[in-house]
Amino acid sequence: MAKDPVIEFSGFSFTYFAQKHPTIKDLDLTIGRGEKVLVVGPSGSGKSTLGNCINGLIPFSYEGEMRGSLTVAGTIVKDAGVFELSKTVGTVMQDSDAQFVALSVAEDIAFALENDRVAQDEMKERVKTVSALVGVEKLLGQSPQELSGGQKQRTSMAGILVDDVDILLFDEPLANLDPKTGKTAIELIDEIHRGRRLDAGVHGEESPPRTTIIIEHRIEDVLHRDVDRIILVDGGVVIADLPPHEMIASGLLLEHGLREPLYVTALRHAGVAITAEMKPAYIHSIDLTQGREALREWYTSVTLSEPPPPGDDVLSIQNLDFEYYPDRPVLTDVNLTVRAGDMLSVVGTNGAGKSTLAKVICRFEEHGTDSVFFRGEDAVDMTITERASFVGFVMQNPNQMITQVQIFDEVASGLKHRKVPEAEIERRVVKVLEICGLERFRQWPISALSYGQKKRVTIASILVLDPKVIILDEPTAGQDYRHYTDIMEFLKKINELGVTVILITHDMHLMLEYTPRSVLLSDGKIIADTSSSEVLTSPDLVERASLKETSLFHLAGKTGIDDPKSLVDRFIEFEREAVR
Amino acid sequence: MTLFNYSYEDTVIHRLSGLTKLLGFLMLTGVVMYTYDIRIFLFILVFSFTLLRIAHIPLRKLKLVFLYVGIFLVINFFLAYLFSPDYGTEVYGSSTLIFQIAGNYDVTWEQLFYQVSKLLKYASVIPLGIIFLFTTDPSEFASSLNTIFVPYKVTYAVALTLRHFPDIQKEYTTISKAQQARGLDISKKTSFWHRFRNAVATMVPLIFSSLERIDVITNAMHLRGFSKHRTRTWYSFRPMKAPDGVALAICLAVVAGAACIAIFVNHGRFYNPFV
Repeated sequence: MAKDPVIEFSGFSFTYFAQKHPTIKDLDLTIGRGEKVLVVGPSGSGKSTLGNCINGLIPFSYEGEMRGSLTVAGTIVKDAGVFELSKTVGTVMQDSDAQFVALSVAEDIAFALENDRVAQDEMKERVKTVSALVGVEKLLGQSPQELSGGQKQRTSMAGILVDDVDILLFDEPLANLDPKTGKTAIELIDEIHRGRRLDAGVHGEESPPRTTIIIEHRIEDVLHRDVDRIILVDGGVVIADLPPHEMIASGLLLEHGLREPLYVTALRHAGVAITAEMKPAYIHSIDLTQGREALREWYTSVTLSEPPPPGDDVLSIQNLDFEYYPDRPVLTDVNLTVRAGDMLSVVGTNGAGKSTLAKVICRFEEHGTDSVFFRGEDAVDMTITERASFVGFVMQNPNQMITQVQIFDEVASGLKHRKVPEAEIERRVVKVLEICGLERFRQWPISALSYGQKKRVTIASILVLDPKVIILDEPTAGQDYRHYTDIMEFLKKINELGVTVILITHDMHLMLEYTPRSVLLSDGKIIADTSSSEVLTSPDLVERASLKETSLFHLAGKTGIDDPKSLVDRFIEFEREAVR
Repeated sequence: MTLFNYSYEDTVIHRLSGLTKLLGFLMLTGVVMYTYDIRIFLFILVFSFTLLRIAHIPLRKLKLVFLYVGIFLVINFFLAYLFSPDYGTEVYGSSTLIFQIAGNYDVTWEQLFYQVSKLLKYASVIPLGIIFLFTTDPSEFASSLNTIFVPYKVTYAVALTLRHFPDIQKEYTTISKAQQARGLDISKKTSFWHRFRNAVATMVPLIFSSLERIDVITNAMHLRGFSKHRTRTWYSFRPMKAPDGVALAICLAVVAGAACIAIFVNHGRFYNPFV
């Protein structure tokens, strides 16, 4: 057990108001001062609830019944409020966009100080120090909305560090970040954990590490830097509380619907038994003396199948330029040809122009010299509604699309607006619901569905118009491995039925596993249009598109496989053949 | 066009404290509300357009606002006549016929004068409101409202609304486009009733996503100690300075001038040229 415990759950249960069953059940867990722990678990496992108990949002904002005891830094949580705890626990939430409250970076960082009635002069001083600490000192006057993803992360970190808290709690810090920004965020969290304290610059003194809790299901990304322990939560109980190497070796992650690091999956495919002695938690630590031969053997045993012949052009874009404001181009000279039956990813940082490209194609953005062609025909005269019959756009948040109460009506709405006869509507909706696995829910209210099911409803409401192409914006954002697989397998099925699928994404797993082709956007220009395995094993492209190399790339290096792309291709081939 | 688009520019008006601007706005509109003197209205109108210039607010940015206000004023003008065509006579105590229409609907100089004054009355307040919205930093304004004993929770709610307004507008556009793609027609081709219903359909997702947003922000604010104490300090608070004094003095002078005119010249609220 941890010495000098700072967070102690003992026989702790929590049941949300209006729920029958406890979300956290009889939990015993201790986190020691200065530890860095990773809490993992599938969606609905109770891991976020756990976080909200530590920072006091429970029971302050979410009512419910608590049993057992929870102590945070000597304070009994039941009696303390969110305010008392906010002096000790700093929380960075998932959606950094939504948590900005102020109009400028400086003001946002100062928010906690304002609430604590700190005098203006002292406030300005502290904001200056802490902003230098996280590297946003040059952005103080800007609006938080104008920042890049990484800068937003830094600003929200400054906002909690300004209080000099002892415990840092990160609730899915990677959810909205591209891989490269995510990597930097993990490095920043690590440095702050290691005790780069607020006053370090002033007094130059070393200080002990801060207790850091990261709640995340993107395990491999967090394991870019060391953690002390991994705690696996599922069904409201702690399934395992192990040092990282033991946790990875145990295979429990996969059993509980979580994704293991990709190199571990590859080694398992090759028949290598993963043991804690191999130090498998980090790609930089894993010892492959035993696995090397097996992996190489497996590598040569997998044969690549021929790619299917390319289909006819279904959508093409020629020399497209687009700008919202004069002289600030968002897209420059974009050329792209999509063939029938393609499934491809459009990747790039936030602001690279991915969503704008999709919006121009669908005419969500009006564009003077439009150069979009559907099956070789110029789409310049087609209205937004007419285009939607050819290319459908599914937005990231299903709640932004749903307007009806019942599933049937929601899916039928596009046809109703198009004045399709009743009988035909009935027939087409039923068929689409069947394809989407929603036929059982026909007459259900949409509000009773899970997030993934809602997503399917929005996809169904687009598919019912029988488009040749669908574009999806971040279809799997924030989803755990199981839901991710559900959604993606579903899209693959649709693709096999002949619909061309374009995915806007940051998710490298998605690129690798589902889309053979990737289009990379950077500053509004297409910088590469090639195979996904090529992209993710090319350090140059990875850097420019703000991605990160797949760990298979490093695995190839460690095992002496000269051609990392070929390893990746074989990995994908194997997964396609054997696993599914 | 976005309605509440504060953006910083370095002008005298932007540099004034939000409280000064609010007080100035209240004083000048107070004058306009109380008096009924076309000369004062004209003065305020010229004065406020001068301020628009000083604040570097280009008139073309306001085209749409002026259009809506214009439509409102014209409708108001005719409705006012329809409901009380003799009100001017009642107010000014005389009746000078210009031409007859039918029944009590005669057109008199008194009525015309009364209604033109009323039109200018409304028109002169609008630019003042615009200046206030365009030049006031919402959080700075929240802080200065707080200094005159408005609870900070209320003032912060106002500031937050202002801050999120552009986001919500943007979101509305996207949602509306998605609905249009599915065939929802909000163009002028369909009937008003149809368009109205379709616009409501677009509001549903907007309301739900806004509620989600509110939930997240509330939690984020509580986690950082919002509403912990009965008072709070403000990072962007700007104390009153000399220019604030000057601005308030000018406004006070206008109030005093208008009061003098009302008491000594007009002997009441109304300026009566018909005696």
